Amino acid sequence: MIELTNLTKYFGSLRIIEDISFTIPKGESLAIIGPSGCGKSTLLKLLIRLEQVTKGSISIDGQDIAKLSEEDLSLLRRKTGFIFQTAALFDSMNVYDNVSFALREHSGKNETEINNIVKEKLALVGLEGKQAMMPAELSGGMQKRVSIARALAFDPKIILYDEPTTGLDPITSVTIEDLMLKLAQELKVTSVIVTHVMQTVERVASKVVMLHEGKFINTGTPKETKQSTDPIVKRFITGGLSLNK
Amino acid sequence: MQYQNLAENVGDKVEGIIEEFGRLVILTWQVIKDIFHGHVDVKLTLEQMVKIGFESLPLALVTAGFVGAVFALQISSEFVRFGAGKFVGGVMGIGIARELGPAITGIVIAARVAAAITAEIGTMNVTEQIDALKALGSNPVRYLIVPRFIAAAVMLPILTILAIITGFGGGYAVASFVSKINPVEYMENAQSLLKLWDIFGGLIKTIFFGMIIAIIACYRGLKTRGGAKGVGEATTSSVVSTLISLFIVNYFLSILFFR
Repeated sequence: MIELTNLTKYFGSLRIIEDISFTIPKGESLAIIGPSGCGKSTLLKLLIRLEQVTKGSISIDGQDIAKLSEEDLSLLRRKTGFIFQTAALFDSMNVYDNVSFALREHSGKNETEINNIVKEKLALVGLEGKQAMMPAELSGGMQKRVSIARALAFDPKIILYDEPTTGLDPITSVTIEDLMLKLAQELKVTSVIVTHVMQTVERVASKVVMLHEGKFINTGTPKETKQSTDPIVKRFITGGLSLNK
Repeated sequence: MQYQNLAENVGDKVEGIIEEFGRLVILTWQVIKDIFHGHVDVKLTLEQMVKIGFESLPLALVTAGFVGAVFALQISSEFVRFGAGKFVGGVMGIGIARELGPAITGIVIAARVAAAITAEIGTMNVTEQIDALKALGSNPVRYLIVPRFIAAAVMLPILTILAIITGFGGGYAVASFVSKINPVEYMENAQSLLKLWDIFGGLIKTIFFGMIIAIIACYRGLKTRGGAKGVGEATTSSVVSTLISLFIVNYFLSILFFR
């Protein structure tokens, strides 16, 4: 369970998140929608302390993440898969080294065990046999899938997706969404999906919130979100919301 | 009003420099703490030693050889004119061991390696690879900076020894064949004037140079923002600040070691 209590984040004098209290139950797939630049990615980064909280707290399974020691934070991060908007693959390493990175650094497993895990994770994302390819040789969708395989190496219980389908063609987007559904249903992971692609929200999320001017607008299920009478949510979904309004 | 604005601008600049210096000191302290706690990846450190040391060897040696040669060319003609040709070997030895060898190696590495380190880490930063490292449970200071810091601090003195030998050799060749100074006299004078401390002092300076180059270059990389333009600016600023720092530190270390 992820619990946000009076969460506030400022960059200098710029308000990003203002006094949000919210709970994400185990196994839920929560989509956070909102226009570009509203602070969705920052919120995701706050969840594993890639950014520092200005005020308030974040607890994961009852542990205040601000109070974790360096070792415990490292453990939390390994148990939380993070899919970056840009995939953020290590461009000097091939697919195998990317997926095996955290296992080599932290698991103490031998190379045969690591090899088996890498094969298993690559099969899960449909990229068997691509171990030797470099990130530059992969398409955007393939990079995203390698990034998911890398995040799955430690069998995370929580997966944080930052714009998983933004910029991808419709077919690749569906492939990624199918994969996200599979992980949520088969592995029972808790997913937090930051996106502004409504198709992804409809297919993958079980609950939706909208981040607007630093606050959450609770919009319910994807279906309820689509039918929302809230003018801000309505304008976002129909493409009429300006950041300045 | 104009003077007040000027004073405020100067004040802001000074405050910025002090803040940057403070952050560099904190980063250096983190790196040293990690080294003493044994958080050193030997494989990565050896890889960096090859990159920083071995791959810089041709540039360092060619530069040192020709600087030694031109230094000998300039001083031998003047020394011979005043009847002091026999002192060329000693002056060359001291000059190269204390200053030219360490400084040339430092400058070459600052230009070549600092730029490469900043560009690499800066690119990783703007493409979220540093965040990815953290998200996978790794510590970027241990993974990226510690190996480069150790590699630069170890390889600089080794490169400098070779640069001193090459620079002195270049000077020997020019003094003997161009300025017609007796080669035996050149070597004997160098032997009598050059003390072991001249070489050791020079080498100790380069350990500091290595640490400064690595820490500034890594820091600039970690601070990089704003895509390709940001990486370019960070790389330029890394080389400039590394070179300025080397010259300043070199002056004070020379006073400390050789006065």
